[in-house]
Amino acid sequence: MPSEPSQRVEDKLFYNRYLVDSGRAHIKVRPHTTPSSQLLSMLKACPARCYDLNDKGHVEVTVDGCLECGTCRVICEESGDIKWSYPRGGYGVLFKFG
Amino acid sequence: MIEEKFDAIVVGAGMGGNAAALTMAERGLKVLQLERGEYSGSKNVQGAILYADMLEKLIPDFREDAPLERHLVEQRFWIMDERSHTGLQYRSDDFNEEKPNRYTIIRAQFDKWFSQKVREAGATVLCETTVTELLQDSHGRVIGVRTDRDGGEIHADVVVLAEGVNGVLGTGAGLRGRLKPDKVALAVKEMHFLSRETIDARFNLKGDEGLVIEAAGTISRGMTGMGFIYSNKECISLGIGCLVADFQRTGETPYGLLEGFKRHPSVAPLIEGSEVKEYSAHLIPEGGYKAIPQLCGEGWVVVGDAAQLNNAIHREGSNLAMTSGRIAAEAICLIRSRNDPMTAKNLSLYKKMLNESFVIKDLKKYKDMPALLHTHSQNFFLTYPQLFSKAMQDYLRVDGTPKLEKEKLMLNSFIKARSWSGLFSDALRIARAWR
Repeated sequence: MPSEPSQRVEDKLFYNRYLVDSGRAHIKVRPHTTPSSQLLSMLKACPARCYDLNDKGHVEVTVDGCLECGTCRVICEESGDIKWSYPRGGYGVLFKFG
Repeated sequence: MIEEKFDAIVVGAGMGGNAAALTMAERGLKVLQLERGEYSGSKNVQGAILYADMLEKLIPDFREDAPLERHLVEQRFWIMDERSHTGLQYRSDDFNEEKPNRYTIIRAQFDKWFSQKVREAGATVLCETTVTELLQDSHGRVIGVRTDRDGGEIHADVVVLAEGVNGVLGTGAGLRGRLKPDKVALAVKEMHFLSRETIDARFNLKGDEGLVIEAAGTISRGMTGMGFIYSNKECISLGIGCLVADFQRTGETPYGLLEGFKRHPSVAPLIEGSEVKEYSAHLIPEGGYKAIPQLCGEGWVVVGDAAQLNNAIHREGSNLAMTSGRIAAEAICLIRSRNDPMTAKNLSLYKKMLNESFVIKDLKKYKDMPALLHTHSQNFFLTYPQLFSKAMQDYLRVDGTPKLEKEKLMLNSFIKARSWSGLFSDALRIARAWR
């Protein structure tokens, strides 16, 4: 494996254009004490690496770099671990090529 | 609230939504199309290959002004192990025809053009508008949509759900089930820019000739997946996708796979020195025929990726979207011309027409393929590619080993890895699923 894939993702997201809807995250993680296996799998499966562990061992999401693919919705919505909606109209990732 | 009522609301401006909106507007229906992106195309991600035939049915002279990249003259299939690929390559000058059959396109640009045609046909296209909910009456009949705009209730006789693979409206209203991790793939893609001359030279192309490489093997690390390289005019679309359930199970990262694919000795020289300008991700429906949900109901129809209409074996999705969008629209226009209401019973005409088209016929043909590939991914995407590579290399190296002995070793390596019965049942399974 290459060095630090996390670094690479941030570099990749830097290519993209976004209009961030400040204060209105379109994905919310349900508060938890111990993260479920589904939530933990998002640390790796999210292509934009939006999911991370905080100091307390909770899974957090930062949607600023979200590519709106829906992978976390497929994995985590049914179990109630996350609430998922699309960003408000016009916000989010703005693909130039798609 | 928008006071006026529409004949039809189309949710989404991808291939399916645009095809539906265009068809209905051209036949005089009062159509409203809603798109959450800043323009039609800005949220849409695809490889992307355009199949001319399906677009010709909608816009016969599309070649005059559509933003097409290159027409395809060559297809390469690669089975890869860590350091090699075994390839099947088909190239024909016949593909240099007056009206080529397949083109590479860049979706954000293509969809913007398509949307212009929809507007010209008379549809109202409202962008930067996210539909948050379907409006249903007390009988559960869909009567319109709610948007995130102020007082955003809009009514229509019928709603065409062209909301894409990750559609939230249909699942939210209980019209179809949730996507399952083993029925959908996650693909990531980068756009690598190079000069036109460099692309021509590296891929042996001239003029507007283009090529596609599709690759499977150890690049997906035992998961069900595939890599692709498409040549555009001045850039290369390069990506890889695997089943979401496989990502979940293995803990592999999508960007890790992408980097691995790019570093492969067969791939790296093709993109050397490129400037990457975008990184995108998208889900692809992989469940095939058996995953198709209910296609219509009281006051609604669903088309394209939202209806799981994707042929994973032939990698056809956008043309199924375009065709299902067109057919749904034609059914709606027929029902309307008879002054009949948009009931589930009447709208089942769409399902009937779709069943008679190549869309459902093709998906039915491969109905057992997804299950086969998804449950035997280790064999098909890791073991066999490694065996092929080893066999090819042993066969080609001239080292004084008698040929008969080489062939025996080759056969033994396959038997050792999969056993006679394993080889036999794999062959049988593929033959059955392909039939």
